[in-house]
Amino acid sequence: MSSLLQRALPLADTSVQRQRLEALPLPLRFEKALQRSNLHPLLPNAIEIFQMNVGKVCNQTCHHCHVDAGPDREEVMSPHVVAACLRALERSRIGKLDITGGAPELHPQFREIVARAAASGCHVMDRCNLTILLAPKFEDLPEFLAAHRVEVLASLPSYNLRQTDAQRGHGVFERSLEALRRLNTVGYGRDEELQLNLVTNPVGAFLPASQAALEAHWKRQLRRRFDIEFNSLYTITNMPISRFLEYLVQSGNLDVYMERLVNAYNPAAAAAVMCRNTLSVGWDGTLFDCDFNQMLDLPVESEAPQTIFDFDLEALNRRRIVVGQHCFGCTAGAGSSCGGATAT
Amino acid sequence: MSDYYQSEDLPRFAEVGEEAPELWEKFSAWYSAVFREGALSEREKALIALAVSHVVQCPYCIEAYTEASLEKGSNPEEMTEAVHVAAAIRGGAALVHGVQMRNHVHRLSM
Repeated sequence: MSSLLQRALPLADTSVQRQRLEALPLPLRFEKALQRSNLHPLLPNAIEIFQMNVGKVCNQTCHHCHVDAGPDREEVMSPHVVAACLRALERSRIGKLDITGGAPELHPQFREIVARAAASGCHVMDRCNLTILLAPKFEDLPEFLAAHRVEVLASLPSYNLRQTDAQRGHGVFERSLEALRRLNTVGYGRDEELQLNLVTNPVGAFLPASQAALEAHWKRQLRRRFDIEFNSLYTITNMPISRFLEYLVQSGNLDVYMERLVNAYNPAAAAAVMCRNTLSVGWDGTLFDCDFNQMLDLPVESEAPQTIFDFDLEALNRRRIVVGQHCFGCTAGAGSSCGGATAT
Repeated sequence: MSDYYQSEDLPRFAEVGEEAPELWEKFSAWYSAVFREGALSEREKALIALAVSHVVQCPYCIEAYTEASLEKGSNPEEMTEAVHVAAAIRGGAALVHGVQMRNHVHRLSM
């Protein structure tokens, strides 16, 4: 398994992905669904989360990755863009920094970003694939993250080996458990100030389960089977983008899955979509409404500041959010966001 | 008659109500209530339904409750164990009739 880009597939071109999604014969357009819910045009509330996607380099090549990340990718946020992000974060006083990738820990300035943001009083979140914590030169990360009170959002699709390895690669399950044990050892999931939240995506073309019901079940299972503790479980719907889109096409599930998302449209989830309180910054400094729009190369609307170098919080809070058919992924059922379900 | 058990027939289930709508509505209301969270979770109920689907050997039910079990958060390992429970009861139910057979053997034999 390698990235779509490495395999030189047509879907590596985001315009091909967008065309494929927009051409699907679905019963409803996302804009129309928003209109029916009195949410069109979709506007931000206020930006509360500053999400930095520091690049596409990753030590894993997961089958469902909407970033098309992997070891063969070379996109990395430059020091110039990092500096502009930290400056914007400090001046705007947005209280939460969400660092994602790729494997964000592989970014050469990861520790500097964390330390500076934490020192300025920002709540820092690390979207961690777990196995990176076992890689050479990264084994002290649990202690580093704990020292800066970083919230760890760790990907684990299932407490079942076959399911986890099917989505994330051979051997990932066992290494993920070892990483979770190391996080528990330094206090994550046990000390109230060290939040360890697990993120689960369905291993296939179906919707995630109820987050609340599943969390209690997972806590029992992980404790009983593996002696692992965590704080919260976040369920996230797989987005029809990049490698999950490839999977849907190859498995013949694309039409049925997209129809499932459309039919499960929930106005309460639409009102609570994460793009209303999040700003997403790409590795090259381009601004997006969310990480999914980022991976489809759909930047914030043209009237709004386009890059981190033009950052203007007030102007960004006045923007209209860019939407497409992929947005049904965030509004299906109980909703989906980087922080899990958005509606009950 | 080569059209038994087509997947695309499952979403047409409600058509059964066309000739007897009141009965269909009562069935639908009761069916929905059965699968709501109660003393058992929705996940557990979907697993029971999956197991029973195998005993009654209903392909529609098997597809519906495979999907429901996955969407309620069960994994294939748990779903397979549920099917084994169903199979064990079915197999055991056959085997326990061996006692009936033995009783009759004793009645007829010297």
